Amino acid sequence: MARNDFQGSLDLLVLKTLAQRSSLHGYGISLHIQRASEDLLRVEEGSLYPALHRMELSKWISSEWALTETNRKAKYYKLTAVGRKQLHEAEESFDQLVRGVHAMLRYA
Amino acid sequence: MTIFRRIANLFSRSRVDREIEAEIQSHIELRTEDNVTAGMSPAEARREALLRFGSPTAMRERTASVDVALNLEGIWSDLLYAARQLRRSPGFTITAVLTLALAIGANAVVFSIMNAFLLRPLNVPHAESLYGIWRTSTNDMAQSYPDYLDFRDRNRSFESLAAYSVTAAGLDTGQEPSRVWIEEASGNYFDALELQPYLGRMFHSADEHGADSAPFIVLTYAYWHSHFQDDRGVIGRVVRLNSHPFTILGVAQPGFAGTIAFFHPDLFIPIVNHPMFGYDDLYARGDRSIFMTLGHLKPGVTPAQAAADLNSIGAYLETTYPKDDPGMKFVLARPGLYGDYVSRPLWAFMSGLMLLSGLILLAACANLGGLFAARAADRAREVALRLALGSSRKRILRGLFTEAFLLSLLGGTVGLAGSVALLHGLSAWQPVARWPVQMSVNPDVNVYLVALLLALVSGALFGVVPVAQVLRTNPYEVVKGSTAVAKRGRFGLRLTVRDVLLVVQIALCAVLVTSSIVAVRGLGHSLHNNFGFAVQNTLLAEADVAMAGYRGDKVPPLQKRMIETVKAIPGVESVGLADQVPLGDAQPDSPVFHDNTADLKPSSAAGDVLMFKVSPEYFHAAGTALLSGRVFTWQDEKDKVLVAVVNREFSHRIFGSESAAMGGYFKMPDGKRIQVVGIAEDGKYGSLTEDPKPAMFLPILQWPSAPAYLVVRSSSDPVLLGSAIRSRLHELDAGLPIYIQTRFQSLDSTLLGPRMATLALGVLGVIGAMLSITGIFGMAAYSVSKRLRELGIRIALGAKRTELLQAALGRALKLLAIGSIGGLVLGVLASRVLASIVSQASARDPLVLSGVILVMASLGLVATWIPAQRALAVDPVRLLREE
Repeated sequence: MARNDFQGSLDLLVLKTLAQRSSLHGYGISLHIQRASEDLLRVEEGSLYPALHRMELSKWISSEWALTETNRKAKYYKLTAVGRKQLHEAEESFDQLVRGVHAMLRYA
Repeated sequence: MTIFRRIANLFSRSRVDREIEAEIQSHIELRTEDNVTAGMSPAEARREALLRFGSPTAMRERTASVDVALNLEGIWSDLLYAARQLRRSPGFTITAVLTLALAIGANAVVFSIMNAFLLRPLNVPHAESLYGIWRTSTNDMAQSYPDYLDFRDRNRSFESLAAYSVTAAGLDTGQEPSRVWIEEASGNYFDALELQPYLGRMFHSADEHGADSAPFIVLTYAYWHSHFQDDRGVIGRVVRLNSHPFTILGVAQPGFAGTIAFFHPDLFIPIVNHPMFGYDDLYARGDRSIFMTLGHLKPGVTPAQAAADLNSIGAYLETTYPKDDPGMKFVLARPGLYGDYVSRPLWAFMSGLMLLSGLILLAACANLGGLFAARAADRAREVALRLALGSSRKRILRGLFTEAFLLSLLGGTVGLAGSVALLHGLSAWQPVARWPVQMSVNPDVNVYLVALLLALVSGALFGVVPVAQVLRTNPYEVVKGSTAVAKRGRFGLRLTVRDVLLVVQIALCAVLVTSSIVAVRGLGHSLHNNFGFAVQNTLLAEADVAMAGYRGDKVPPLQKRMIETVKAIPGVESVGLADQVPLGDAQPDSPVFHDNTADLKPSSAAGDVLMFKVSPEYFHAAGTALLSGRVFTWQDEKDKVLVAVVNREFSHRIFGSESAAMGGYFKMPDGKRIQVVGIAEDGKYGSLTEDPKPAMFLPILQWPSAPAYLVVRSSSDPVLLGSAIRSRLHELDAGLPIYIQTRFQSLDSTLLGPRMATLALGVLGVIGAMLSITGIFGMAAYSVSKRLRELGIRIALGAKRTELLQAALGRALKLLAIGSIGGLVLGVLASRVLASIVSQASARDPLVLSGVILVMASLGLVATWIPAQRALAVDPVRLLREE
């Protein structure tokens, strides 16, 4: 069975975000998730950065320092090929989870 | 690959840290910006951003910690922490490191001796297939030269069979002639051993063309280095050995020092030149003058097959030469330690030592465990606080173990350094100045590995002691302030394993202290004994006139002139000559027979008697008292009546009484009748601890000997006469090597055993004392720290200092007393064993008793000093306020 804990979900959200927006810094990622989920999901900074660091070590994402529109230095993340594959798997396993949970709820 | 990156990250840690830091900063700034855009004031915006983010430090650590799954950096920080902890308690650290250094050092020394002698006794290529021929009927490796030639040519088992014997000769290089130790080796010796020269060339079988045909020398590297100063020009130089010209062919490789451990010859010559050195006939089949026969087995030949091969040759020799070659049965034996002859007792001895040093290490670990437990108890509050604040037990234990390993590695390093120094000293040491006896025990990689392993194992051993304590720690209880109440048994003294161990250690220490004091006293006593000769003001000048080329009838006149020459030196009282001296390196003996015995076979002998061939003035010069009769004169010559002076023991054993002995006759194995003309006092001949032995003195004119000692008695310090004696004797013959030592120095080899025993006991005693100190210290420190609160209350209630000390240290001192008394009793019993090595060793000596008590008491004082100070310094007010 696929890994379906919260960490898995955060990974999925981050990967999906980066798949939609070619390159984004950490703060931007947290903003995007919040907006795109219509304020339903709020990413804790305390979880985001360790997750980004871990995904970078796993080569799912790569990073480089660049300037923001307001001329501040920020670390921009980008999805790698490995990450794209990982995103695909994560989406599938999340779908499975959702379907499973739905089935359970209907049955009960 | 990830592990390399992680390790690399470890070193670039600060870079990663900075990057994370910067990223967090940029995040906070971006949010602050957005907040300002949303209408907050800048200060408020920043505060809100920071608040939402939480602690940046915690954040950074969590982010970074993703990377340190391997905990490499964690170990480093643990190490730093442990080092800080150890620096904060230098007393503890020094005690622990010293204890470990002693224990690990002792093990390293014992192991390297074992390694050097037993695991790699010979430094030759392919030592594993090298075997010597051991004759079972005589239990030695000796052969006659003709028998060796037969074995060499007839065997089918050895690649090449070599042989050698050992002799001393005079080497004259144009300067001061000196005595050298020589291996007379068969021509194929170096080829059979597969040895290459360091310089020049070795000699080979092809160099041999019959007796005295190969006057060639191969030097050992050590002799070339020390006596020819590494001069590469020595090759081809002609020097004189026993006044015969020899050519130096080459120098052997540095590591090679002959084929028997301990005995390091100076040079090698072909054995066919033996007639220039010995008086015996090399080609006599019955004369087993070869010391050892050895060679490499052919591939695929087992030792048993080789022995069968040798035995069939032996059977042939036995039938062909029944008179000369009886009992030709052989087995193979390792050459380096002379078969089992040396290696078996050495194994037993070294195993004993290894066991002992292992026990020392174990005891040291137990003591350090005790010290660690005391420390853990002292730090119970700290540990509890850390637990309460969320540190895991695993993390705390890891810290403790890091401390233990740090200590054990420190101790191991110090111990190893000490033992390397000791071993270098031992390798350079010549225990007996006259003989080329040396022990090459320089440590190699094996030794370093063993020491490292021992350090790690002992670290784990004593590190594990406080584990249960930490695991049991209940932070709530400790922080609340209740201390565990010591449980007590029926007798108020609950013996734990640690207590028993401590008592045993103290007892062992007391035994060692007792024995070493007994040994030192005995050694001191025995030097003031009556040996049957005088030690004071006596000098021995050893000169083998054969080394200067004198043979047969030329010997006695020269020796007589030597005596007269030396006697003319001012300060010399009298000069005697003897072929061997009592307590010298050899004690020749001979069976003697009653005058009425007709069949002179060994079984009908009246006894085996030590035999010294001496000049008339010997008795006076040596200080041996004559009880009755006369000494010899220069008229006791070859063609006169054969006479002897015998000692008292001889007269009692052979004749029944001194009066019967005077003027009586006895017979030598060859049938010569000898008349007793004088009776001398008994003496010590072979060792200081021997029972009285029968001995006879024979006139040197009737029994000539070329190797001889001049015994010089002087009216003042004889050391000053040495150079005068040497120069006068060189006026007689400049090519005569002379070896001068005081009579006291000549006892070195006799005293080697007692001295070594005393030294070993002393060293062990020091180690034992060290262990006892750490043991008692650990225990006392532990009990004081456990009972600090109780001591505080006692002080508050007005207890006196003595009562306080009684409460704090009573138990440790009780154990010390029990152990010391037990050890003293055992030590007194053990000193009977000691009496067989060190003469006059007796524990019934008030000085010994009081010495032991004094030593043990001061050990107790040293060990309990710090804990006692701590107990006395307890401040009740502070302690009670902490409740």
